[in-house]
Amino acid sequence: MKPFIAELLILPILLPLLTGALLALINERHHKAKFVINQVSTLLLLVLAIGLFWLTDGPVTGDDILVFLAANWAAPFGIVLVGDRLATLFMLLAALLANCALIFSYGRWARLGVHFHTLFQLLLMGINGSLLTGDLFNLFVFFEVMLAASYGLLLHGYNVNRIRAGMQYIVVNLIASLFFLLGIALVYAATGTLNFADLATKIPLLAETQRQMLHTAAAILAVAFLTKSAMWPLGFWLPITYSAASPPVTAMLVLLTKIGIYVILRLHYLLFGDAAGDSAGFGQSFLLLGGLFTLTFGAIGLLASQDSGRIASYSAVISSGILLALMGYGEAITLSAMLFYLISSTLAVAAFVLLTELIERIYTPADSVFALSMEFFAMEEDKKESAGVVIPAAMAFLGLTFAACALIMSGLPPLSGFIAKFSILHQLLQSRNDVASWLLVILLIFAGLTAIISLMRFGVRSFWTAQAAQSPRLKMSEASPILLLLLLCITMTIMAGPLYALLDRVADDLLQTHRYIEQVLHTAPISRND
Amino acid sequence: MELILALAIGILFGSGVWLVLRPRSFQVITGLLLLSYAVNLFIFITGRVHINKPPLTLPEQAATAMQYADPLPQGLVLTAIVIGFATTALYLVVLLGSRGLTGTDHVDGKEREHDE
Repeated sequence: MKPFIAELLILPILLPLLTGALLALINERHHKAKFVINQVSTLLLLVLAIGLFWLTDGPVTGDDILVFLAANWAAPFGIVLVGDRLATLFMLLAALLANCALIFSYGRWARLGVHFHTLFQLLLMGINGSLLTGDLFNLFVFFEVMLAASYGLLLHGYNVNRIRAGMQYIVVNLIASLFFLLGIALVYAATGTLNFADLATKIPLLAETQRQMLHTAAAILAVAFLTKSAMWPLGFWLPITYSAASPPVTAMLVLLTKIGIYVILRLHYLLFGDAAGDSAGFGQSFLLLGGLFTLTFGAIGLLASQDSGRIASYSAVISSGILLALMGYGEAITLSAMLFYLISSTLAVAAFVLLTELIERIYTPADSVFALSMEFFAMEEDKKESAGVVIPAAMAFLGLTFAACALIMSGLPPLSGFIAKFSILHQLLQSRNDVASWLLVILLIFAGLTAIISLMRFGVRSFWTAQAAQSPRLKMSEASPILLLLLLCITMTIMAGPLYALLDRVADDLLQTHRYIEQVLHTAPISRND
Repeated sequence: MELILALAIGILFGSGVWLVLRPRSFQVITGLLLLSYAVNLFIFITGRVHINKPPLTLPEQAATAMQYADPLPQGLVLTAIVIGFATTALYLVVLLGSRGLTGTDHVDGKEREHDE
């Protein structure tokens, strides 16, 4: 083990924490300085995420799973941070999205209330912590950090809608957290450990009574994670919350549902994979069924929704549904296609969320709305600054980016959404030929169809029935993140081959659980005599 | 002892669920508090109920596992209490904000048309 490589794993948690603390001390008057600090820190995080991903994926370290023993205690006893390909891939996705959302917020949203930047950094800390942690209780702690920051961000720019949504969102998540705790307690009672790797070694050896307790625990834990990832019928909070939050925050919330998916992915394959003895495949059919229901719910909801916030929400629900159903489908062959879909849909929905805010400006001059809230917060608008650099051909830009978003979200060629859906369908038809696979295929295509209908209706209404339309003023800081997200999707399309090879390696990591277990349990603490 | 604890947890949880489903935000927050007490007690008893057993080793005694209570659930419950406390306080702030902004303490932010 080379020195100071595994130690890097603590940085993605420490950096946002320190930056967040620093930003809390700076007065809101210096919003530009705060923004710069926040942006620099988020960029550093991106660099860090790229570096860590490269370390876990490359042959540099020799062992491609990084393990950091936080207090220098051996694994089942101390706190352990684990970075494998899956975790670092999600971290990379989070950092990319965070950068885009942050740039977008520069124009107006970051100034709409207090402590946006601090909460933003704490949210990132929670996300990174949840991704890297190697035991259940720390997962709970980081989840709480993440959720507490998201409550604050949801209420950012405080109006009646947001507070109404916030009341529900907070209660739902508090109750989900209580379920999380109950699950943790039961897991501990059944197995005597909370470390993922240790759990995975103990589960096959459990006695029958303990196994029943463990299954109860897993079901209760699943309630918590599935609430987060918005499975029907636990996901009713999602459309209300997404349409109420400010756009950069919604973009980050889109990511949070995927963190729920990540946790289920990790725990499902590690604890109830093929090596789990009598517990192998526990809850799989439930995931499949829940995923299918979520998919149907999302598709019907999408058909019924008229305004942009709801369209984005139900698209996120659909994507959760597809991911859960594929996980429940349980063929290892679909894993990499599923990850590809996850990345593509997250980026596209986030871009769509940011974009719709700009589209709405065609009709409702957001300047007046914004001026009202500025007054509410007794802020003075800087005339020179609000003019900004206005990009030309705003309508053309909006139209084209909307078309790209719509293509990806509905899975039409030639962009990444199509590749993702096509490969999922391909793998589904190739792997099994039973009711589940056909149902999934039909629902996938149906969901695509509803997305086309809903997005076309929205597009026609916004762009073609131009009565009082006037070309809105767009700033570079608002257009560039959307462009960036879409460029990423286009790059995914062009580089689909290498990306699939990479995702195959990620999926392989997830399936070869013994490597994860060995690496975590066999990392020795550093002895003091060296 | 086990029976009393189990009953207490059950009653706390039941009352909490009922209160959370009520329409006034104050009832909801009381319900959340009761639920979190129930959950904390539940975590606590997963370490089994012991009498006169410390969770930490004492220097003058030889350490045998039989003499000590399981320290981990106690550590977990401490953390859970702190986090639960913080998030409940946060909800309280939102509740007050909602009361001030909407003028009602209904959880939907508006009264029903025909309230009973």
